[in-house]
Amino acid sequence: MENFASLLHGFGVALTTYHVTLMMIGVLLGILVGVLPGLGAPNGVSLLLPLTFTMDPVAAIILLTSMYWGALFGGSTTSILFNIPGEPSSVATTFDGYPMARQGQAAQALTLAFLSAGFGALMGVILITILSSWVAKFALRFSSPEYFAVYFLAFASFVGLGAASPFKTIVSMGLGFAFAAVGMDTVSGGLRLTFGFNELLSGISFLIAVIGLFGIGELVLTMEEGLHFDGIKVRVRARDVVKTIATLPRYWMTLLRSSAIGCWMGITPGGPTAASFMSYGLAKRLSRRKDAFGHGEPEGVVAPETADHAAGSSAILPMLALGVPGSATAAVMMGGLMIWGLNPGPMLFIERPDFVWGLIASMYLGNIVAVLMVLATIPLFASILRIPFAIIGPIIVIVCFIGAYTVAGRPFDLWLALLFGVAGYLFKKLDYPIAPLVLAMVLGDKAEDAFRQSMIMSKGSLSIFWSNGLVATLMVIGLALAFGPALSTLASRLARPKTSSVAA
Amino acid sequence: MIKKTSWLVASAIAVTFGGMAHADWKPTKPVEFVVTSSPGGGTDNFARVVQSIISKHNLMDQSIVVTNKGGGSGAEGYLYAKVAAGDPHKLTFGTNNEYLLPYVAKLAYKPDELTPVAAMALDEFLLWVNATSPYQDAKSYIEAVKAKPESFKMGGSQSKDTDQTLTSLIQSATGAKFIYVPFQGGGAAGVQLAGGHIDSNTNNPNENAGQWKAGAVKPLCVFSPTRLQEGPKVTAAMGWADIPTCKEAGIPIDQFQMPRTVWLPAGVPSEAVAYYADVLKKVSATPEWKEYIDRTSQTNRFLAGEELKKFIASDDAKNRKVFEQEGWIVR
Repeated sequence: MENFASLLHGFGVALTTYHVTLMMIGVLLGILVGVLPGLGAPNGVSLLLPLTFTMDPVAAIILLTSMYWGALFGGSTTSILFNIPGEPSSVATTFDGYPMARQGQAAQALTLAFLSAGFGALMGVILITILSSWVAKFALRFSSPEYFAVYFLAFASFVGLGAASPFKTIVSMGLGFAFAAVGMDTVSGGLRLTFGFNELLSGISFLIAVIGLFGIGELVLTMEEGLHFDGIKVRVRARDVVKTIATLPRYWMTLLRSSAIGCWMGITPGGPTAASFMSYGLAKRLSRRKDAFGHGEPEGVVAPETADHAAGSSAILPMLALGVPGSATAAVMMGGLMIWGLNPGPMLFIERPDFVWGLIASMYLGNIVAVLMVLATIPLFASILRIPFAIIGPIIVIVCFIGAYTVAGRPFDLWLALLFGVAGYLFKKLDYPIAPLVLAMVLGDKAEDAFRQSMIMSKGSLSIFWSNGLVATLMVIGLALAFGPALSTLASRLARPKTSSVAA
Repeated sequence: MIKKTSWLVASAIAVTFGGMAHADWKPTKPVEFVVTSSPGGGTDNFARVVQSIISKHNLMDQSIVVTNKGGGSGAEGYLYAKVAAGDPHKLTFGTNNEYLLPYVAKLAYKPDELTPVAAMALDEFLLWVNATSPYQDAKSYIEAVKAKPESFKMGGSQSKDTDQTLTSLIQSATGAKFIYVPFQGGGAAGVQLAGGHIDSNTNNPNENAGQWKAGAVKPLCVFSPTRLQEGPKVTAAMGWADIPTCKEAGIPIDQFQMPRTVWLPAGVPSEAVAYYADVLKKVSATPEWKEYIDRTSQTNRFLAGEELKKFIASDDAKNRKVFEQEGWIVR
């Protein structure tokens, strides 16, 4: 209960005209960097960081976190409108959001995305408010085997989902793992798969791959199909937004499940990207309209968005309480904390309660401000689709390449993005799924590190993965998710022919 | 003590000369601070503190842009500096990894393709164990490790980096044998120790301070020739100065410290080197810098010019010996 008293005190700190103005500025800037693919929240926050040196820590963190929320929302906008995920974590939103936009339901898709995102974020903050001390203790129980189990869980909930053949899924995932392995290896300290290119030292940026595979690949495909978006004829009215808001309660089950997945993945550092993929996977599996997924199913927008934001906001907690950033953006903010003279870690809650609870209160307010602001932008964004493709197409190409350049400021990345664009086109033509590649690229190196660290700890014995209740439970759920569908198909096939041999 | 004083005198002389030369050169466009770590890392923190002090005290007429090029354990940033040869508007911030990385990985730059400007601080290394562990001093811990070789886990940042080098030094100095587990960084190794998943780590003070204060980990000794500076108590019973040096505690290692370094590309005018050395010297004299040093419990030591070159040569040789012994050197 003392948490609520602290929170009320926090609202007292956060609710000043100055702070609310900062929130609005932050959200606006965030939407801007989120909409531009490649710029993204981590870059935006690190650009803004020097400006905050002279501010007091509470005002500074409010500005930065508001920018973070804005960027998360902006990232979903481009996923839905142009199939270009502005943030890694909004890749899963493209699966159904973009088909919805193409069917003329851009406004509905955006509204659902923003509202469910706001809901997820609020659930994440509520979790932090109620359980902050418990969560910090729980996170300490995680070591390499547990991390590996969490990543395994994310993979398991996603494989065997797509309509594509399992072999194509494996090929795509394998390529993703290979891309994730490029660069300096943490465990051996050696370089891998750089082929003498200095530019590959730091690995292949996930954003470059996404810009190419989704953005450029999709554009080439659209051009081939006849240079138009199907959404053009549809007018967007404010009434559509209001109507869609009324449909949201229909998805209560998905909202709650996805929030739970998101919070879980935010605390155990699986991160927002893993959370959104896992949530999409489970939503599809448990839905009665499985076949509609991938063709513009609203639930396929609600699920990843809710989980993405629930994870994004609950990831702030491990950063504050343990000093371990759960995402790239959290890492930048942690750098900021140190410069403002605060040491993230278990003592921050005790030594600087005004800062911590001011921040948590600002997360409630910031998200509400962000949802209201992005909802207001929907008619504007959706009307972009009414611009003829002959004009908007080249603009998207330019934005894609500017985005690819801003990731690290290297011309090499432009070529890389182009290559990924060609690959994306081929993938679509040959009916290979892109999503497994993306998932493997994001989680591949982390899963690999966790696995090898576990092997070093156990001197090569796999038994470390069921050495305690926590890791064993995670592994069992993961295995059940991975092989459950295959086994049930097998079982029903064996059961069907009544004449089949008893030995089977 | 004599050694320390002579260092101070020497650096004071170096700075006096540096100060005389600086009037000849000034940056004519915005200066880029290249950080050889990702955002949030120790080097990032170092560079951004310097940036904030320079802008607060107006120590430079031009504005500063900070870019993170932390790929390949920092090699990305050094390569960037190599390509920028002759450009005096790019300052690169790093550690001793500038001259150590090329030993352990095949990289497209050589250490002498950058010009050293200054070393601004020495980060300390301590031996830490979990707070609930039965060992009260370094000696009894090492004895326990020796009694059960290859069963105690030592965690640290990535392979063949400072933490593993130090672990190797401890092993050859005492005969103990650890399992070394490389994590993504010192922060992760700190949390793993607090959670009791590893038995010890060699984190910098800053990486473990929060966990120590919270009573999750405890320091056994510091790898410094003298004890750390007196400061406020961290826990009820202890402050940084109460931690024995590892030598007093029975681990025969005099000194293991990591310099925080600043570099320019090759082929820049020597006046530019002197100019930046002078600016950085002024930075290190501000109260904000003192506050940063205290907060992170590093050793404040400013080195430039010949002193810096000498320091680099000896640090390089010391580390190289360990690398050779461990067979880490790539050809």
